[in-house]
Amino acid sequence: MQISELAPALPALREAPARRWRDLLIHPLVLRLLSFAAVLALWEYAGRIPLSPAFPTFLETLGGLGAIMADGTLFKAFLITLHPLVIGLTASILCGIALGVLMGLHEPSEWLFAPIFVIAQAAPLAALIPILTFAYGIGLTAKVMTVCIMAMPVIVLNTLGAVRNTPKSLLEMGSSFLATRSQSIRLIILPAASPMIFAGLRLGCAAAFIGVILAELLITPTGIGDVISYNQSVADYPKMYAAILSIIVFSVLFIELLERIEVTLFRPEARP
Amino acid sequence: MNPSAAMASQPNRDLPPLPGRAPQPIVEVRSISKTYAGGIEALSGISLEFPEGRLTTLLGPSGCGKTTLLKIIAGLIPATGGQVLVDGREVTGPGPERAFVFQDFALMPWASVIRNVAFGLELRGVAHSEREAIAERHIARVGLKGFERKYPHELSGGMRQRVGLARALAVDAKVVLMDEPFSAVDEQTRRKFQEELLELVANEGKSFIFVTHSIEEAVYVSDRIALLSRRPSRVSAIIEPQIQRGGDPEKIRRDSAYLDVVEAIWQQLRHYLD
Ligand SMILES: Nc1ncnc2c1ncn2[C@@H]1O[C@H](COP(=O)(O)OP(=O)(O)O)[C@@H](O)[C@H]1O
Ligand SMILES: [Mg+2]
Repeated sequence: MQISELAPALPALREAPARRWRDLLIHPLVLRLLSFAAVLALWEYAGRIPLSPAFPTFLETLGGLGAIMADGTLFKAFLITLHPLVIGLTASILCGIALGVLMGLHEPSEWLFAPIFVIAQAAPLAALIPILTFAYGIGLTAKVMTVCIMAMPVIVLNTLGAVRNTPKSLLEMGSSFLATRSQSIRLIILPAASPMIFAGLRLGCAAAFIGVILAELLITPTGIGDVISYNQSVADYPKMYAAILSIIVFSVLFIELLERIEVTLFRPEARP
Repeated sequence: MNPSAAMASQPNRDLPPLPGRAPQPIVEVRSISKTYAGGIEALSGISLEFPEGRLTTLLGPSGCGKTTLLKIIAGLIPATGGQVLVDGREVTGPGPERAFVFQDFALMPWASVIRNVAFGLELRGVAHSEREAIAERHIARVGLKGFERKYPHELSGGMRQRVGLARALAVDAKVVLMDEPFSAVDEQTRRKFQEELLELVANEGKSFIFVTHSIEEAVYVSDRIALLSRRPSRVSAIIEPQIQRGGDPEKIRRDSAYLDVVEAIWQQLRHYLD
């Protein structure tokens, strides 16, 4: 008999007010805000030392942000940057998940495709860009390809891993209740894989943002990349950092949105 | 004959017909052997019969091949040799007349209790409203009324296994295969489960094949116990506890007939420990 398992843990007695403070302090939202505040304070401090004349403080950067927002530069730049980003990311997500699922279900296709993505994931992107411009010119296509090269491998490889990691007992459960192959893929393998596929999507999105900015800096300056490199060349560092900050904030918000979508659409059990 | 236990050293002796039941076995295992890839010989020529409408237990030391045999009967893994007959037909894979209750519950974490319970019916293409009605009945039956819309992670281990049991009952299979279903729940819940299992066996008209490594549990719930030896497994004895049930459970557990069978099995199993 396992008496020990039945014994309830003694509730620790704590003082109520102290506990309330601690609960507030470890609230996720409070912790997140604290972490942001710490980073921004450090930035402000580093800017004031100053670390480098080319490194503005946080407040100066906010001023720069106000300026490029007021004259419409930022908005126009975002529209231009989003173009290759949306195309590349959509293609990466659709092809990436499809390929990952195929590779997860069908071993020979894993042997065929996986090495490409493992190499693409390990390859330094900057070294590939000359090849890309040679093959696709300096227009939209090369930028879309850069986004794909950055985003697709992590999506594919995560999806592959997710499909392979379907709990064996769930698969056995499916076959014992007479699931056909297609039922077991649709009703067991994909739902079981979806949390890890979404984790891959979040990483892929972050990589796509990095990819598109790299492309705009290294291929031809357009969009946000243009704002960054133009302001760098005229030594308007607050505006340059404002552009960098804005793309980071945008990418974080986008990834957060993706997580919300995942929980609402695919994870009923994770809803509060 | 010993009034409480019929021991037989011959694994394949002919059973005397159980009172009021047809002697026809619902499941027949004929010299099944199983060697896993890598050369592990789990089963070597096991033959067994499982009478209809009864609860038969596979009891043996851990790692002796109980799960392997149960999954072969379920059609989940192929045997290396021999055959399994269910209702006179040879098993080539899973079938609608068998339902499995898993040791680790095997519930889908993304699906509510009712969807998990109805899953077997969903796979068979039963319409949504119809399968939910059936599932609701079985959820109530295993004592989970009110938990239909909960998710597995909101339930205790015992409640999760009730979901697993309800799912197996919902497809209305003739044979229910249970692999150590109560091993992951606490002792109190376990005893309650055992009572409920006895009730199911008495009222459902289904045949149960039950796996456990607990001697007490086996003697308490079984009509018939197949004692398996260490790997590679054979049947070392068939025991029919013939406990007088229907009284106070506590009294039965202190009953000398019950304790004698437990002791006799313990003596049998002991020499595997050396
Ligand atoms: N998939 C497998 N591959 C190789 N060996 C296995 C596999 N499954 C079980 N075995 C081995 O077969 C033996 C019997 O296993 P199992 O049927 O799970 O025993 P039990 O359920 O009685 O504890 C064990 O020694 C185990 O290590
Ligand atoms: Mg086992």
